Amino acid sequence: MASLIAILDLKGKPLIQRSYRDDVPATYVERFLPIILEIEEEGQQVTPCFSRDGVNYMHIRHSNLYLLALSRRNSNAAEIIIFLHRLSQVLVEYFKELEEESIRDNFVIIYELMDEMMDFGFPQTTESKILQEYITQESHKLEIQVRPPIAVTNAVSWRSEGIKYRKNEVFLDVVESVNLLVNTSGTVIRSEILGAVMFESTGKTARGKSIEMEDVKFHQCVRLARFENDRTISFIPPDGEFELMSYRISTPVKPLIWVEAAIESHRGSRVEYMVKVVAQFKRRSTANNVEIYVPVPDDADSPKFRASTGSVQYAPDKSAFVWKIKQLAGGKEFLMRAHFGLPSVKNENDPPPRAPITVKFEIPYFTVSGIQVRYLKIVEKSGYQALPWVRYITQNGDDYSLRTAAEKGTAAPIRSL
Amino acid sequence: MSIRAPRKGENYELSVDLNSEYRDKRKDAIKRVIASMTVGKDVSGLFPDVLKNMQTDDLEQKKLVYLYLMNYAKTQPELVILAVNTFVKDSDDPNPLVRALAIRTMGVLRAEKIIDYLCDPLQKCLRDENPYVRKTAALCVAKLYDLKPELVIDNGFLEQLHEMIADSNPMVVANTVAALTDIHIAATSQPSTSSNDPALFPISASILSKLLIALNECSEWGRVAILNALARYIAQDDKESEHICERVVPQFQHVNGSVVLAAVKVIMIHMRGVRREDLIKQLVRKMAPPLVTLLSSPPEVQWVALRNINLLLQKRPDLLSNEMRVFFCKYNDPLYVKVEKLDIMVRLAGENNVDALLSELKEYSSEVDVDFVRKSIKAIGQTAVKIDAAAERCVHVLLELIDTRVSYVVQEAVVVMKIDNADELLGIFVDTFTEESYPVQLQTLTAVVKLFLKKPDSSQGIVQRILNTATKDCDSPDVRDRAYIYWRLLSTDPGAAKAVVLAQRPPISIPRTTVAPALLEELLSEVSSLASVYHKPEETFIGQGRVGADSLQRKATDAPDDRFSTQKALQTVAAGQQAENLLDFDDAPAVEGRPSGLAATEVLSHTPAAANLLAGTSSNPLDDLVSIFGAPATPAPPSASPHDLFSGLGGNAGFSSGSLGSPAIQSPSVGSHQLPSRINNLRRTFLGYFRLCIGTTSKIV
Repeated sequence: MASLIAILDLKGKPLIQRSYRDDVPATYVERFLPIILEIEEEGQQVTPCFSRDGVNYMHIRHSNLYLLALSRRNSNAAEIIIFLHRLSQVLVEYFKELEEESIRDNFVIIYELMDEMMDFGFPQTTESKILQEYITQESHKLEIQVRPPIAVTNAVSWRSEGIKYRKNEVFLDVVESVNLLVNTSGTVIRSEILGAVMFESTGKTARGKSIEMEDVKFHQCVRLARFENDRTISFIPPDGEFELMSYRISTPVKPLIWVEAAIESHRGSRVEYMVKVVAQFKRRSTANNVEIYVPVPDDADSPKFRASTGSVQYAPDKSAFVWKIKQLAGGKEFLMRAHFGLPSVKNENDPPPRAPITVKFEIPYFTVSGIQVRYLKIVEKSGYQALPWVRYITQNGDDYSLRTAAEKGTAAPIRSL
Repeated sequence: MSIRAPRKGENYELSVDLNSEYRDKRKDAIKRVIASMTVGKDVSGLFPDVLKNMQTDDLEQKKLVYLYLMNYAKTQPELVILAVNTFVKDSDDPNPLVRALAIRTMGVLRAEKIIDYLCDPLQKCLRDENPYVRKTAALCVAKLYDLKPELVIDNGFLEQLHEMIADSNPMVVANTVAALTDIHIAATSQPSTSSNDPALFPISASILSKLLIALNECSEWGRVAILNALARYIAQDDKESEHICERVVPQFQHVNGSVVLAAVKVIMIHMRGVRREDLIKQLVRKMAPPLVTLLSSPPEVQWVALRNINLLLQKRPDLLSNEMRVFFCKYNDPLYVKVEKLDIMVRLAGENNVDALLSELKEYSSEVDVDFVRKSIKAIGQTAVKIDAAAERCVHVLLELIDTRVSYVVQEAVVVMKIDNADELLGIFVDTFTEESYPVQLQTLTAVVKLFLKKPDSSQGIVQRILNTATKDCDSPDVRDRAYIYWRLLSTDPGAAKAVVLAQRPPISIPRTTVAPALLEELLSEVSSLASVYHKPEETFIGQGRVGADSLQRKATDAPDDRFSTQKALQTVAAGQQAENLLDFDDAPAVEGRPSGLAATEVLSHTPAAANLLAGTSSNPLDDLVSIFGAPATPAPPSASPHDLFSGLGGNAGFSSGSLGSPAIQSPSVGSHQLPSRINNLRRTFLGYFRLCIGTTSKIV
């Protein structure tokens, strides 16, 4: 339950706000940033929820904006925080980018959305596909008669009726994201696969069989009780593309792309990197768009690179250099060298940050987990059969990182190159 | 019109355009009015002009006018009445979108004048053929109750809502439940509410079965509302509890994290009634994976989840026993997430995973963020306290850390662990005393005084020396003052001096190290709420005037809160007197070194001051003095068993509630300092450990 929702810029100025209940005056929005500054000044942590003078502030960050909800009650923090994320998602889907300018340009429609997405502080419809059916950027004349889509209140709230296609096709994209952490001595200390089955269809009801996974989440169109009973995923798909299910597997994963760096640092003059990349997957697969981010000191200058494949760029904004390899075939390995100058004066008390090496990649036609869609049945009243297309891809998750050893000396813990 | 505004300026132009004969121009003017409203300009003067545009067949324009009305109805109560006709007409519109819009907006205008006209349309809309209108009308009843409860009761709206629980549309059911719950909360917050108030919404067995059916069909937010209602149901027997658990478990698979947490809440509550051990095991086992998956959410959601996982682990330590690795911090995690993860990692630490934990903590200790580094080092100390067998390894990690960072402390650091050489070691710090930063000086000072109290014979020289240096050669008045206090304290009869100081010192409010069992149960019944996130009962942070006298009594011991300061002060005084007695008793053993073995360690850990010390948050030397003698500085919550306190201390000490601004008493001296350099920080933290080591001699040596 929220009494008020507001979007603020980084200076704490409200760009737009909507009050749902009377118990928190709108002026409290302007107290938000001063309180944050006060908390920071006291050396405390600013957390997503905090309470001041009987008012609870719940907020999220979205690029350069704060999305803030206020309440006087012991509200459901998870619900409100997730609602704020949904609000930001919906606004992104409406305006491509959610930023100060897009808010100013679209305040009318944002008010409309806020009115439709929450009532008296309770979240209502937050599916942007449905909202887009009756809240559009073009103004309506009532002659056209926009009505609430049945989807808003329908048991099958994600699909409007009467959508028909000439071709009944179903695309299933199995996307696996690998998160993994390698420590300085080269062992994988944490790994997980986050899988998502993206469903794009023009079909009606579908059923599939699933394999054992640690935790499976389903789109709300899936009948959860049914899955609990016979492990069949039965659903009426929404129109267009959506994430049918997601799963998490935390079995140990061998790093698909192994990177190691030897760092030789000469304090006050220069630092040298030797980076090796090994594609540790089957020869018949190929990783595309591989990007390896190797962190360097903030004040490094005059970069020089030499790579046996791909291209290398210095990205000072990220305090790293990026080694890009368009296609990396399985089983192959490559080397590159980098050389940076360092300023001669250095603050001894300020050791260099030690960000890990991170890697981005995509390996099509391949899943780490070995998951396969075995069976997909589409139930259509007319008896029309549709052919399912299944595509697989494995990519990096949001945290595929390999820690670098201490920069001092010649990086002993890293395996010799 | 002419009376209202001058014939110039922005508002005048708007007013002209609002009355234009061209439709487009009028609509454009309304948009400009709303734009001004959005940036905070006062456009309330245009009320009548805007109102004229209310009757339109342009839905967007209608929405804009309604929006304007919502904002300014309160300031123009006389004029709102002019809108009533249109509202009533709209609530009869053939388009359900318009009907719902009218009823939704009328409910939030909050003008006396309009409320009386709300009842008839509301009556109709509650029975509307379209579920979209019904679900909107259901919430409107709650809005009306908020304004004028008697209207809701007199018009029979409550009965109507109760009928709507059986509505064929699950969204309508969900909003009905939300409305009834909202009214229930409003009614129970009134002290005069009797138990048969019609506004109360007890969940009966028949409601239960309706809710369980609607649960599976509902949208995500509707599920949250329904699950919250299920949580309030009081099961008749264990069969029923089992039934509820089994029906709710599939919700763990929902993609929306708040549905998952609401389901966890229902299970945690109804599991109390389950007697079958195998079912309980199964439920706990099924709960773990979805909780771990929440860690793949955006950071703010992760944080809410982590705060709740922390509570769940206090109740069921086995819940995630094999999952410590998923709590390893990601490099890019925000600090507030990392801090919570650290806490949980220490909670999950056991002999089987302590090595992985330590190498991880060591890694964190070389990150950039000073705060995080400090907390990681603290976590190492907490691990040492929690797992006896690993204490030595923890100390080694600390040593290695010092080794890599601050090379010139290394030699000393090795010696630190051997209490016999402590004076020697501290001697080195004393030698370079004036070159250290102030926080390090303060820590050294405290450490030496502690050492003296522990081993008066061997360390008399060093105490003398440091007091001399600190009072004479030191630039910082803070350090000088503290040294003077110590000196005076020690030069008079120590026992008497301590008693005097203890009696005089201000009440110390200590961050909660763990949650007392009774409060824990209460918070677990509120999983995913703000209370569960703050780890505080709701009375401590929601609006004033809602705390009953007896609940105040009950909570006083549980929650550090300003309102209870008087009571706290009294308790502290009492504790001070108690401490005095304990001192007489404890003084001798301390000198003779009798508290040996682990028992001594535990006794120390039970005192909140020791907790503070371990966490390194204490900068008040008096805490440390007290902690040495194992005297209670503030009374522990009466219901907390020593064991609970001890286990909580290992995991939670110091930073769990720090972020919530619990007013820990800080010696003003430290607060006034600029942030010290990173190295000094490390040294300071380390010195904190030095004190720990003295306190827990038996462990280290």
